[in-house]
Amino acid sequence: MLAARQRHSDSLVVTGARALDPVEGLDSQVDVRVDDGVIAAIGTALPRNEHRVVDGAGLTLAPAFVDPHVHLRTPGREDEETVATGTAAAAAGGYCAILAMPNTDPVVDSAAVLGSLLDQAKAEAEVPVGFLASITKRQAGGELTEMGELADEGAVAFTDDGRPVVAPALMWRALQYASITGRRLAVHCEDPTLSRGGHMHEGMVSAELGIGGWPSIAESVMVERDLALAAYEEQPLHLLHLSARESVEALERARAAGVRATAEATPHHLVLTDEAVRSLDPNVKMNPPLGTEHDRQALLAALRTGAISCIATDHAPHARHEKEVPFEEAPFGVTGLETAFPALYTHLVEPGVLTLETLLERMSAGPAAAYGLERPRVAVGAPANFVLLDTNASWRVTERGFRSRSANSWLLGKTLTGRVRLTVAAGRVVHES
Amino acid sequence: MADIRVMREDLLPPKQPPRRHLLSVADLTRHDVERLLATARSFERSLEREVKKLPTLRGRTVVNLFFESSTRTSSSFELAAKRLSADTMSVKSSGSSVDKGESLKDTALTLGAYDPDVIVIRHPHIGAPQLVARLTQSHIVNAGDGKHQHPTQALLDLYTIREALGRIEGLHVAIVGDVLHSRVARSDIQALTLMGARVTLVGPPALIPRGIEAMGCERTTEIDAIRAADVVYVLRMQRERMQEGANYVPSLREYAARWGVTPERLRPGQKVMHPGPMNRGVEIDPRVADAQEALIETQVRSGLVVRMAVLYDLLTRGPVAVESVVPLQVA
Repeated sequence: MLAARQRHSDSLVVTGARALDPVEGLDSQVDVRVDDGVIAAIGTALPRNEHRVVDGAGLTLAPAFVDPHVHLRTPGREDEETVATGTAAAAAGGYCAILAMPNTDPVVDSAAVLGSLLDQAKAEAEVPVGFLASITKRQAGGELTEMGELADEGAVAFTDDGRPVVAPALMWRALQYASITGRRLAVHCEDPTLSRGGHMHEGMVSAELGIGGWPSIAESVMVERDLALAAYEEQPLHLLHLSARESVEALERARAAGVRATAEATPHHLVLTDEAVRSLDPNVKMNPPLGTEHDRQALLAALRTGAISCIATDHAPHARHEKEVPFEEAPFGVTGLETAFPALYTHLVEPGVLTLETLLERMSAGPAAAYGLERPRVAVGAPANFVLLDTNASWRVTERGFRSRSANSWLLGKTLTGRVRLTVAAGRVVHES
Repeated sequence: MADIRVMREDLLPPKQPPRRHLLSVADLTRHDVERLLATARSFERSLEREVKKLPTLRGRTVVNLFFESSTRTSSSFELAAKRLSADTMSVKSSGSSVDKGESLKDTALTLGAYDPDVIVIRHPHIGAPQLVARLTQSHIVNAGDGKHQHPTQALLDLYTIREALGRIEGLHVAIVGDVLHSRVARSDIQALTLMGARVTLVGPPALIPRGIEAMGCERTTEIDAIRAADVVYVLRMQRERMQEGANYVPSLREYAARWGVTPERLRPGQKVMHPGPMNRGVEIDPRVADAQEALIETQVRSGLVVRMAVLYDLLTRGPVAVESVVPLQVA
């Protein structure tokens, strides 16, 4: 289901790193040897087989990351991102696999569009990329796409991300029909009649600034509805970019009742609150909007328990001129592939809010499991999908430092701790710094 | 959820920036307000002379950049600048390149190239004055940005109240009507509480925004609450901001019946204010608007001297107030 540019596999030895794979129960200072793209040996004083040697002393070697939520803007807005630049950004961020959303122009709603994207990925993707197809044609919320054919062509899952499936009956039919494909639905939960006119979370800050409020219930009533439909059909469901405490509570109730629901949260919702909007910086404008500290704490708690098992960047590139406007005129969305790990390491792991192990798991094993992808692991015999992390390095985020075609990051000008020194994806070194 | 952590400091908006502009009441100190009101008062005395023009800002240029219609604010800024002998230029969105789709950034860069000393800007969206401040070298005065701020209105309201009642501290002001869509209400709440007045918001539930009590005011849906106030500040029902089908209130008729400010709902002698333009018969009864106690025309006159004071203060004393002028970091 994932596609990337085919090239030679690499052989190398990483020496003396702290190898850390929480799912495998691995945490020790060892050498890791890769022979032709496969982890061949893990141990001390390994023979190097004349491979290239990478000094891992002081670094952490962990499973590479999986981003379940990326906007590659291709086809249609190649000025903002392409398959080549988006996957290069992913490589720089430590990702060995990413999933792209179908809200492009044209929408990925037919086997023809999907097939051409997969061909493009085979020609230019730096790391393996999978594509989701839309639930409804043109994401217009009217008719279902031909999910059977799309799944056969290689759609990883189905979503109308960027928009909700507004009509309950259509969402119900989608859940029923998707079951024949073995692929799950991923839902963007937003009741458009409640979010209408909203540019930020409705609360004390929006009241003071006079910016149109977007109430938490715009998300949570849709979460409740979709979980009820999934429970009724006994189908799995993935909830995209959760932001509200009420949504988290609904998710936990549904999971306790046996619904196979998974969910993701973004780095910006895990770090920022609506207080950040006081800056009026269009780079803190996102959909769903940043919530309150209560919302953030609920997301963090669910991330710790695993009710939210995925960290997703919702990497959403926008052209510079589109964000260089007053807040309310700016489009929703921020980039995130190249800053996710350092941002979360700096703001959650360093202050002791989240353990490094939990962070690594939610950035890799969690998303892989949610979409049924092969889990990146640091284990003998596994394909080499790992990162070397320098958790002592601090660096400043600048507009020029991005591989992405866009630089609408909420972290511009900020100093972060944690840097991806090496990314190995599908047996190949795709990034070094 | 007892354990609430505060975000790391470096993610909070910058504090205590350099002072250059008048963008928001939130940037003003009580001392700033006192100074501006005192300056306005001395200008008011100067206007009693036969020759009203002062040479103070001769050779300075003030650009009025209005992206929204305005009578009061644009005319009083223009007259204020002229009374101080500054050169003025007015640019309106209609009839300019904005009609051709020029972005705010390009309009700002174009006007900034003339090096005006002050740009007075009104824009339908919050943050437009901040954007222009980052893109030009001029002093920026916010003449209204979206539903956010209208600081010179707040200053002229303070001036009007003090002239009429002799003080602001300890007074009780009821602000009645559509607070949700009102930059005047937001600016006045901040300005009045800064100066020690008590503020009560009165209006339909959907038009008093959730969470606004955090600004230090009270809220009620009962119109009878205005009786207890020293000043009743009536907001305009902003029909143009009401989204179709939003149902904030069932109808203007019902609004007028429940929340219209009528003589019967007022105590004798209660002062009434309105930022204009009025919808007579909707939020304000014509008998109230035309009564002796109404301060509405005084507000307009105060607007002139307060705006003179703002221009003077910006250009001669160094800036009244302010916001960070960090280089634009959006991309």
